[in-house]
Amino acid sequence: MKLRMLAAIVFAFGFAIVLSAREKESGALAVGGAVPSVILIRNATILTASHGTIEKGDILIKDGKISAIGGMLKAPGDALVIDATGAFVTPGIIDCHSHIAVDGSVNEGSVSVSSMVNIADVLNSDDISIYRNLAGGVTTANILHGSANSIGGQTVVIKLRWGQPAAKLPFEGALPGIKFALGENPKRSNLRVLTGERYPVTRMGVEETIRSAFTEARDYKKAWDDYNRRVSAGETNLLPPRRDLKLDPLVEVLEGKRLVHAHCYREDEILMLLRVAKEFGFHVQTLQHVLEGYKVADEIAAAGTGASTFSDWWAYKVEAYDAIPYNAALMTRHGVLVSINSDDAAEATHLNQEAAKSIVYGGLTRDEALKLVTLNPAIQLGIEKRVGSIDVGKDADLVIYNHDPLSAYAVVEKTLIDGRVYFDRENDIAGRATVEKEKKDLLEKAAKEQEKEKEKEKKPEGKKPEEKKPEDNPRPPHQEMLGGAK
Amino acid sequence: VLLAAAGALLAPEVTRGQGGEPRTFAIRGAKVFPVSSAPVENATIVVSKGLITAVGTNLTIPPDAWVIEGKGLLVYPGLIDGFSDVGIPAPSAPAGDTGEKPHVISRGPEDRPATTPWRKAADEVNATDPRVEAWRMAGFTTVVAAPKGGMFPGQAAVLDLGGERPGELVVRSPAALPVSLQTSGMFRSYPSSLMGSIAYVRQVWLDTAGDTKAAALYEKNPRGTERPKYDRSDAAIADALAKHAVVLLPGNSALQIRRALRLGQEWKLNYVIYGAQAGYELAPEIAVAKTPVLVNLKWPEADKDADPEETPSLRELRFRNRAPSTSAALEKAGVKFAFYSGGISAPKDILPAVKKAMDAGLSAAAALRALTLSSAEIFGVSQVLGSIESGKIANLVVTDGDLFDKKTKVKMVFVDGKKYEMREVLRPSEPPKGSLTGKWQLKFTTPQGDEEAAADLTMEADGTLTGTVSSDRGGGNLFNGWVSGDKFSFAINVQIEGNSSDVSFTGTFEGNSMKGTIQAMGYTFPFTGTKPNAATGTEAGGAQ
Repeated sequence: MKLRMLAAIVFAFGFAIVLSAREKESGALAVGGAVPSVILIRNATILTASHGTIEKGDILIKDGKISAIGGMLKAPGDALVIDATGAFVTPGIIDCHSHIAVDGSVNEGSVSVSSMVNIADVLNSDDISIYRNLAGGVTTANILHGSANSIGGQTVVIKLRWGQPAAKLPFEGALPGIKFALGENPKRSNLRVLTGERYPVTRMGVEETIRSAFTEARDYKKAWDDYNRRVSAGETNLLPPRRDLKLDPLVEVLEGKRLVHAHCYREDEILMLLRVAKEFGFHVQTLQHVLEGYKVADEIAAAGTGASTFSDWWAYKVEAYDAIPYNAALMTRHGVLVSINSDDAAEATHLNQEAAKSIVYGGLTRDEALKLVTLNPAIQLGIEKRVGSIDVGKDADLVIYNHDPLSAYAVVEKTLIDGRVYFDRENDIAGRATVEKEKKDLLEKAAKEQEKEKEKEKKPEGKKPEEKKPEDNPRPPHQEMLGGAK
Repeated sequence: VLLAAAGALLAPEVTRGQGGEPRTFAIRGAKVFPVSSAPVENATIVVSKGLITAVGTNLTIPPDAWVIEGKGLLVYPGLIDGFSDVGIPAPSAPAGDTGEKPHVISRGPEDRPATTPWRKAADEVNATDPRVEAWRMAGFTTVVAAPKGGMFPGQAAVLDLGGERPGELVVRSPAALPVSLQTSGMFRSYPSSLMGSIAYVRQVWLDTAGDTKAAALYEKNPRGTERPKYDRSDAAIADALAKHAVVLLPGNSALQIRRALRLGQEWKLNYVIYGAQAGYELAPEIAVAKTPVLVNLKWPEADKDADPEETPSLRELRFRNRAPSTSAALEKAGVKFAFYSGGISAPKDILPAVKKAMDAGLSAAAALRALTLSSAEIFGVSQVLGSIESGKIANLVVTDGDLFDKKTKVKMVFVDGKKYEMREVLRPSEPPKGSLTGKWQLKFTTPQGDEEAAADLTMEADGTLTGTVSSDRGGGNLFNGWVSGDKFSFAINVQIEGNSSDVSFTGTFEGNSMKGTIQAMGYTFPFTGTKPNAATGTEAGGAQ
């Protein structure tokens, strides 16, 4: 019985996603129109992530912020009232490792230190994954460069404001980040055919690459500090050092103005990076994937470094063989700040379920599990004053589920960011007919124009109807092969 | 025999300046569209020594003038193609460090990948590029031409499409510094990603500024100062910017246009956006930024070889439907814009593309301006080009009807005051037995071994053949292309050993295969061609 219900729900959910996936514009249609400045969500089960669960509670939203939480709240007459009886409200989900909304490759893979490139330059507000992730309750995502380089590109935290131009996506005030990567992907010794020889090809080399880059950055910083000092001392005719876009972000790391998110797997490389960071005096904000983190959880906790891992994704390559689904729970118990991430546009649509797995594997409480995809990643990204929990004064980034979000039955009904509904399942479904009609009309119009063109041409003689042959479609090299994901 | 016949047909083009003519002309009693002011009926234009010396209704025609009776004729300023490579031959293979060849691996911005800003269109002009005549026949007296290839392909020049020697074509150089955000196409060569290209271009601006500063300091006090390094790219870019070349940034979709606006502002450039076909979505934003745009007239359309089973996304359909309305939106928002031919390979298709924009709401006056004066303003030559005014260069198009009317014929063209008359191209004209439209793979053997080329052809009802050919040896747009019965012929112009040479392809075709002869530099060799994407029923059956 339960199984059949699950199947039905999964089918319904999957179907909805497939449909909305077919038309990128359906979401934009759904959320058009004026944004009410006051919204009252009524009579919901509120999972606050910071202070437990409130049964039959109301949330009042004013100008994009949560202005009150409690029972029987009153709203002005022009407020939008959402009756959430029987529904569950959680903070918007925060995905600490995402590659959606990027125009072009997520990897500048040609060099071992690609810190000159910046994901913020190529945010793609048209990526349908933004909308699909909204349909899975994600409101904020840490958009990372790929893992092809020991030191990768600059990264940016975004809010999933579907329909807004790219410049409106970045999370205001969030510190920028930078991607590091350890292990197989940056040493890429198995990918030489695809990518050619490139130093480094060993883990030793990865360490040396990072060390050498920061040595360079330290000298660079010194050169600029000297220059600035001499200029302020009144010296003239001084030649400034060359601005190097590769080293600027590394100096920011040294100055604590940019967060390091390091892709890693094995315990030895984790410890290596923590040592190098200590030596150069910078902080590793998060370890990403960190599938062997449970082995060195105490050391990670002592370094004050966060861990952002998968729930139960493993064995997809040798360095992922020692992964266990208890990783998140074990690290949590050892005092590590842990989040669960997706690293994948599809996985991101059910991060609530991924978080719930840590209740089964490792016995986290419901609150602890929910925090893995809300408050914890918010702290890891330094945006916890704005998002991550349902508290008065925070951004109204909220998800309304029809069932308990820590179950497999939950489907997102509405997703709000800054107090604005960006995903509404009902509107999406209602809007599909309009979208389909527009598409049909445009196709017919194009066909008519083609017909007119053809009439002008004389029909070439003796042309046989062409039969279609199954396409010999060479698959592009998978992101993972090139160090894109995982 | 076939070759001889083809040779005759490919004989030099049909319009040329007539020698021994007087240098003063007067066109009397025509309707004149000065663009800078309202059209004038029954007006006279006097042209002397390459310049317009008088325009008006009650003029005294100088006694030495050659008078052209203009009754029933319309005179427009010579049209300007705002961004093109007409007159600039494609580089011969490995074109410097274009980064496009597998053996050129770039390891970072310091390698200056795909960067050749020292190339100057003005220095590479080839007056015998067949497209010079083809564009002129279509009413274009001027192009803004740039070398092709790479992120900094080189410096664009304003060229007049007349004259015998390359130098005679150059009106202004440098006029623009085009930038593209292409990637190396190889994972191993920097930049391999869009964000890499952007970071690279950003670093180049910084380095250029840094070098300029360093050079100035060094010049003041060389002794005891560390000698700044010389960088050919930075020096060329600094020079072009110092000469007020406008920077062209790419942006076609809304996403790209917004990005170009952001980058142009961040980099504090005097810049223009080219592409701009989704301008209909954000004309007001462009207006706020006060950025001029160059609108690509090659409107988006379905790929000729597209799988008919696969429906394009709604986003793409909307784009195709609305792109031609871009210029109307720009006009309404008060954005300065000009047109360019973009990917249009046959110049006769350019004005119909403008007509499409007019059908989508663009006024005739604005359309004409976008083909003349606006381009001249954007590229800093409006003192001398773009309108019919006394003192300006005598670039004129004389037609027998409204410029945008399908039936209208260009009767004569003046470039720098020199008259060119139009004649029809001769060629066989049996109805085509089939269609050559589509993507072809051509195989041939040269003394260097087996080689391949790709041809993207479009055949029209009357057999006119247009398109492009590309190969490792370079490529270009087709000219003199035709199909007659099962015979075809077309030619391209490429750089071979530093010389611009015509390469002609002639032969016969049947269904999805073709065979024939390539003629280049006095050599001939056979070639075969197939359409790899099209499988005929016979072939599919035969495979069993």
